[in-house]
Amino acid sequence: MTDTDANTPRRKSSLLELDARTRKRNAAETRFKVYGLIAVGIGLAFLLALMVAIISNGTRAFTQTFITVEMTLTAEEIEAAEASVLKTGKYKEMVGTAIETALGRAGIDTDMDQKTLLLMLSSSAGADLRDYVLANPEMLDQPLTFDFLASSRVDGYLKGRVTRESLSEDKNLDAAHLDLVDQMRDAGIVERRFNWRFITGADASESRPEAAGMGLSMIGSLFMMLVVLACALPIGVAASIYLEEFAPKNRFTDLIEVNISNLAAVPSIVFGILGLAVFIQVAHLPQSAPLVGGLTLTLMTLPTIVISTRASLKAVPPSIRDAALGVGASKMQATFHHVLPLAMPGILTGTIIGLAQALGETAPLLLIGMVGFIATNAPETLADGFLAPNSAMPAQIYEWAKRADPAYYERAWGGIIILLVFLLAMNFVAILLRRRFERRW
Amino acid sequence: MKDTTVTERAVQMDDIKISARGVQVYYGDNHAIKDVNVDIADKTVTAFIGPSGCGKSTFLRCLNRMNDTIDVCRVEGDILLDGEDIYDRRVDPVQLRAKVGMVFQKPNPFPKSIYDNVAYGPRIHGLARNKADLDEIVEKALRRGAIWDEVKDRLHAPGTGLSGGQQQRLCIARAVATEPEVLLMDEPCSALDPIATAQVEELIDELRTRYSVVIVTHSMQQAARVSQRTAFFHLGNLVEYGDTDQIFTNPEDSRTEAYISGRIG
Repeated sequence: MTDTDANTPRRKSSLLELDARTRKRNAAETRFKVYGLIAVGIGLAFLLALMVAIISNGTRAFTQTFITVEMTLTAEEIEAAEASVLKTGKYKEMVGTAIETALGRAGIDTDMDQKTLLLMLSSSAGADLRDYVLANPEMLDQPLTFDFLASSRVDGYLKGRVTRESLSEDKNLDAAHLDLVDQMRDAGIVERRFNWRFITGADASESRPEAAGMGLSMIGSLFMMLVVLACALPIGVAASIYLEEFAPKNRFTDLIEVNISNLAAVPSIVFGILGLAVFIQVAHLPQSAPLVGGLTLTLMTLPTIVISTRASLKAVPPSIRDAALGVGASKMQATFHHVLPLAMPGILTGTIIGLAQALGETAPLLLIGMVGFIATNAPETLADGFLAPNSAMPAQIYEWAKRADPAYYERAWGGIIILLVFLLAMNFVAILLRRRFERRW
Repeated sequence: MKDTTVTERAVQMDDIKISARGVQVYYGDNHAIKDVNVDIADKTVTAFIGPSGCGKSTFLRCLNRMNDTIDVCRVEGDILLDGEDIYDRRVDPVQLRAKVGMVFQKPNPFPKSIYDNVAYGPRIHGLARNKADLDEIVEKALRRGAIWDEVKDRLHAPGTGLSGGQQQRLCIARAVATEPEVLLMDEPCSALDPIATAQVEELIDELRTRYSVVIVTHSMQQAARVSQRTAFFHLGNLVEYGDTDQIFTNPEDSRTEAYISGRIG
C-alpha cells in the first residue's frame, strides 16, 4: 500500500443505513424465498387435490348395499336343488321367495314377479347362498338372516351415482325398482354398510361389480414381493459390496457402474418384455404366475437396491475400514464386521423403497399376463401361491379402471386407497428402521 | 530442547527391527517417496518429521502395507521386518498387520463397546481360548493403553462416548491387544488437546519398553520429547536420520536446520 492510498479520506457510511448493493442483495434473497414457497405451495396443492380426489372417490368403494332377508332352508329343498341341473338357479328361486316373504312381512306391496324382484340383487346371490349352505350345513332347518349383495345399480342409487333418469335406458332396472328400494330402505331391509368383501374378496365378472374385491390380488402382490425380497436383496447387496469394497477400479467396473445407473432409468415395460422373453418363453415358467412377476420386478428393483446400498457403503467413514485393517482384519472381515452394520439402515431403507416401487408397478405385469380376471380362489398351497395364475394390486386397479361399468371405476379408486395404504405402511417401516439402526450409539 | 522431563529408561536399542532399502513409492505418476533407506531399532521411539506432503505418512503406511488399499499406489524397494521382506509375494498383509499395529491421526474407535473395541483384534486372530482369557487380554491391553482406570467400570459403554484423548488411548489399547511387535502412529496427537497429548506422550514412552514405536508428527517439540531417533523427510527424500538429540541440536543438513528453526515447513 502506498502512502497516497493510506491518506485518501475514507468514504463515510453508517451501519444503520442499507446501501444500494445490500438492498439489492436482500431483495434477491427475498425473491428467491418467495419462489421457493410458491413451488412448495404448488406441490402441496397438487398433493392435496390428489388426496381429496382419491378419498372422495375411493371411500365409497368400501361400503356396499346389502339386502337383508330372513329365511329358513329345509334339507329337502337343498337336496332337490343340488340334484337339479341348474343348481344356482334353484337357489335363486329360494332367494326370490325369501324376498317376497320379507316384503310381505314389512307390509310393502308390489306387483313385481319374483324374477323382476331378483334384478335388484347381485346375480351372484344364488351362488353366494349355495356356498354358504354347503359350508354351514348345520344352519339348515332353522331361521337364518342372510345379507345379499344388492345389484350395482341399486348400490349406485344409494350412493347417488344412479338416478331415475339414468335408468330410463337401462334394460335391467327401472324407476319402479327404485321406489321399491326406497320403501325397503325405510323398512330396514336395504342398507348400505362397510363391505369386507371388497378387501378380502376375489375379482368378479364384468356384470357384477358389487361382488369384486382386492383380496386375491393382494395375495398375488404379497407372493411377488416375497420373490423380489428373496432375490433382489441378496443379489443387490452382494453385488454392491463387491463393487464398492473389492472390485478394482478400472474401465470394466466403470462400465458396470454406468450401466447400473442407466438401468434404474429404463422404462419398466422393457423389463416386462425381458421377463416375458426370458422367464416364460425360454425358461417355460407358467404365465401369470406371481413367481414370474416377482422375478421380473426383481430385475427392475435391483438397480435401486444396488445404488442405495453403494451410497450407504460409501457413506461409512473410511477411518472405520482403516481401524479394522489396522488391527489385522482381512478386507472381508472389515466389510462384514464393521462397514456393513453401519450401512445397514441405508440398505434396508433402499430395499423397502425398491419394494414399494415394485409393489406399485403395473407395466411389466401387463406383458407377463398378470392382468385380467384371473384368479377366483385363494391359492391352497404355498407352491400355488407362487405358481398359480394371479393378479397384483396395481394390475387389478388397471383392470377395473378399464371396465365399462362406472361401479368398477369407483372400485378402482377404492383399490388405489388400499395400494396407497400399503405404500405408506412400507415407507413408515423404512423410516422406523432407519431411526432404529442409525448410529446405535 | 526437551520441554518436559520424561523418565529416561534404560532400554537396549541396538537391534534393528525394520530395515528399509531403496524404497520408492508412486501415487500414479507422482513420485512420493524417493529412495529411502532407514533402519528402525527395536524398543525405540522413532519420529518422522517434516513439512506437510513430504511423504512421512506415506512411508509409515508402507511399513504395514496399508497403502495396499490405495489402488494407484505402487511401492518399490525392500522393507524387511526381522529380516523378512514384507512385500514378498508370500506375505499376507493381514498377518503382517497383526504384527505391525497402527494408530491413526483421528481417534477411530469402532461404534461398539469399549470392550468389543479392544477384543476385536484378539477375537479375529484367535488369541483367546475362552471368555476369561479374552477378559484378561482386554484388561492387559487397556492397562497398557493407560486407560484401564478410567473405563474399568463401563467396559460395555460405547467407545465413541469417550473424550478425544480417551478415544485415542483406547485405539492404542486396541492396537496393542493383538500383541504387535511394531506400533505405527500417524500423528496420534494432532486431534487432541495439550493435556490429552501429554497423557498419550507419556504412554508412548512406556510402550517403548515392549515395542518398536514409529511416530509421525507435525510437532517438533513432540518429536524431541518422545523419540530417541528422528528422521527428517523433505519432498519425498529422507534428508537426515539420527539420534534425536543430535538432529535437534546439531543437524548436519542445512534443510534440517532450516526446518527445525522454523524457516521452511
